[in-house]
Amino acid sequence: MTIDYHAILPVLILSATIVIVLVTDLFLSPRRKSASMWVAFAGVLATLVAVLSLIGKGDRPGSFGGSYQVDAFTIVFQAFFMSAAAVVLLISYRYFREGGFYQGEYYFLLLTSFLGCLLMPASRDLLMLFLSLELVSAPGFLMAAFRKSDVKGNEGGLKFFLIGVLSTAVMLYGMSLIYGLTGHLQLAAVSAGLQQLSGAKETLANAAILFVVVGFAFKISAVPFQFWAPDTYEGSPVPVAAFLGVASSAAGFAGLLQLMFVAFVHEYAFWVPLFVALSLVTMTLGNLVALQQRHVVRLLAYSGIAQTGYILLPFALVSADPSINHSAFQAAVTYILIYGIMNLGAFAVTTAISSRHPLLQIQDFAGLAKRAPLLATAMTVFMVSLAGVPPTGGFWAKLLIFQAGIQRGGVGVLLAVAMVINSVISVGYYFLIPRAMIFEDAEDQTPLRSPILVTAVVAVAMAALLVIFVVPNAIYRLGEVTSLGFGG
Amino acid sequence: MIRLPLVLLFSAFLFSAGIYGVLARRNAVMVLMAIELLLNAVNVNLIAFAAELQDVTGEVFALFVIAVAAAEVGIGLAIVILLFRNRASINVDEVDLLKW
Repeated sequence: MTIDYHAILPVLILSATIVIVLVTDLFLSPRRKSASMWVAFAGVLATLVAVLSLIGKGDRPGSFGGSYQVDAFTIVFQAFFMSAAAVVLLISYRYFREGGFYQGEYYFLLLTSFLGCLLMPASRDLLMLFLSLELVSAPGFLMAAFRKSDVKGNEGGLKFFLIGVLSTAVMLYGMSLIYGLTGHLQLAAVSAGLQQLSGAKETLANAAILFVVVGFAFKISAVPFQFWAPDTYEGSPVPVAAFLGVASSAAGFAGLLQLMFVAFVHEYAFWVPLFVALSLVTMTLGNLVALQQRHVVRLLAYSGIAQTGYILLPFALVSADPSINHSAFQAAVTYILIYGIMNLGAFAVTTAISSRHPLLQIQDFAGLAKRAPLLATAMTVFMVSLAGVPPTGGFWAKLLIFQAGIQRGGVGVLLAVAMVINSVISVGYYFLIPRAMIFEDAEDQTPLRSPILVTAVVAVAMAALLVIFVVPNAIYRLGEVTSLGFGG
Repeated sequence: MIRLPLVLLFSAFLFSAGIYGVLARRNAVMVLMAIELLLNAVNVNLIAFAAELQDVTGEVFALFVIAVAAAEVGIGLAIVILLFRNRASINVDEVDLLKW
C-alpha cells in the first residue's frame, strides 16, 4: 500500500505543529509564554500553503481505502478553516496574554480543534466523520470552560459538554444502525445500500438518519439543540466564542453537507420535511430571541442560531433533480464562507472592546464612532452584512439561497419568503450596535486603543466583505467547483 | 450462537436506560456514567452487526468508540471538578445562572 503524502500533508504539518506548541511551552519562561502563539501561527500558515499547493492537482482518492479524499470541496473548506485559525490566533494573542490564562495549553487545544476541522471536509466515511466531529468538540469543551474561576464559564462548559456528549452518543447509535443495515461505512456505499432497503428496514434506516442528524444539529446549534450556544459563548473567552461560532459550526456543516447530499440523498422524501421545519424554527426563534438581548456575545450567539437556520434552508430544497441539488449545495457553501468572514469580524471587534468593557453590553459600544472610527466602521459593515443588506457580501449570500429556493418552487418559495421576513426582523437587532456607536454619546470619551493584530484582522475582514460585494463571482466560483461529485 | 434480534433488543434497552439516566439523574458524575451506558449500547450494536456481517470494520469502529469515550469522561470529570471547586456542589440542577 502506497500513501499519498502530498494529499495528507496539511494534516501532517498541523499535527506536528500541535506537538511543537505543547513542547515549546515547557521551555518558555512564564513571562514569555505568549510566544506559543507565533509558533502556532507559523504552523497554521504552513498548513495553509500545503492546502493551497493541492489546487489544480486533480481529485485524489487518497490512500486509506477512500476514507480520506482530497477534492475541490476539501480544499475550499480546509483553506477556509486555516484562514479562520489564523484569525482566531491573532485575536487571541493580547486577550490571553493579558487575561492571565494558561497560554501554551490554550493554543494546543485550539489547534487540536482545528485539526478536527481540517479532517472533516476530507472524511468520506462515517467513522472518520465521527472522529473529526469529536476532535473538533472535545478540546472545545475545555476551551469553553477556560475561565476557570468564573462560575459562568464553568456552567457554559458543563452545558456544552453534556449536550455535546449526549448528541454524539445518539449520533453513534444511528451510525451503528446504518452500518448494520448496509454493511458499509463509506458514504457512497451507504448511499447505494440504503436505496436497496424496503419495508421495516427502510423505517429503521429513517430512524437512524434522524439520529445521525441530531448529532450534527447540536454542532451547528440548530433549534431544538441550540440552548447551549448562548450560555457557552457568554461563559467562554471571546476568541473561543469566535472559534465556536465560526469554525466549529462550519465544521458541522461540512460534515452535514456530505451526509445529506451524498450518503442520505436518496431518502430525501423522508428528511426534507424535517429540514423544512428545522430551518423555519431555527431562523425564527434565533431572530426573535436575539431581539431581547443586550449582551453583545449573547446577541451574536442568537444571531448565529438564526444564520444556521438560513444555511439549513438549502438542505430543505433537496429533490430528485440534480440541478436543483447543485444550486442548493452551492448556495449553502457560499453562505458558510461569507458568514465565516462577517462573524469572525464581529467577534474580533468584540474582542477589541472587551479589554476596556468586560461586561460587553450594547451600551459599551456607545460613541465608538468617535473613540475608534476604524472599529466602528468595520462593525457597521459586519452588522449590515449579517443582516444581508447591500453593499456587503452578506447580500449576495442571501440572494443565492433565495434564488435556489425560487428555483425549487413549492415549499422552496415559502422558505425563501420566510427568510426575507426573518432578514427584516433581524435588522431590528443588528442595527442596535451601529446606532449606539454613531448616535449615542459615551460616558467614557477617551479614544479606545485596539491591539494592532486585532485591528489588522478587522480591516482585512471588512475589505473582504466589500470586495465580495463588488466581485461576487470570485466567491461564487468557489461554491461552484465544490460539487462533491453528486448528480453527475 | 445468540440471535441478532436479542442482542439488538439488549442494546436498545441499554440505550434507553442511558437516556433515562441522563435526564433523571441530578449528580453530574451519575450523568457521566449514564453517558457511558449510551456509548456501550453503541458498542454492543457495532459488534453484533460485525459478527453477523462477518466484517471487521464494525469491531474497529467499536475500538474507536471506546477510546473516545475514555477521553470524553476525562474531560467531563475535569469540568465537574472545576465546578465542584467553585461551587462545592455537583448537582446539575443548581447550574442555572445563565438563562435566555
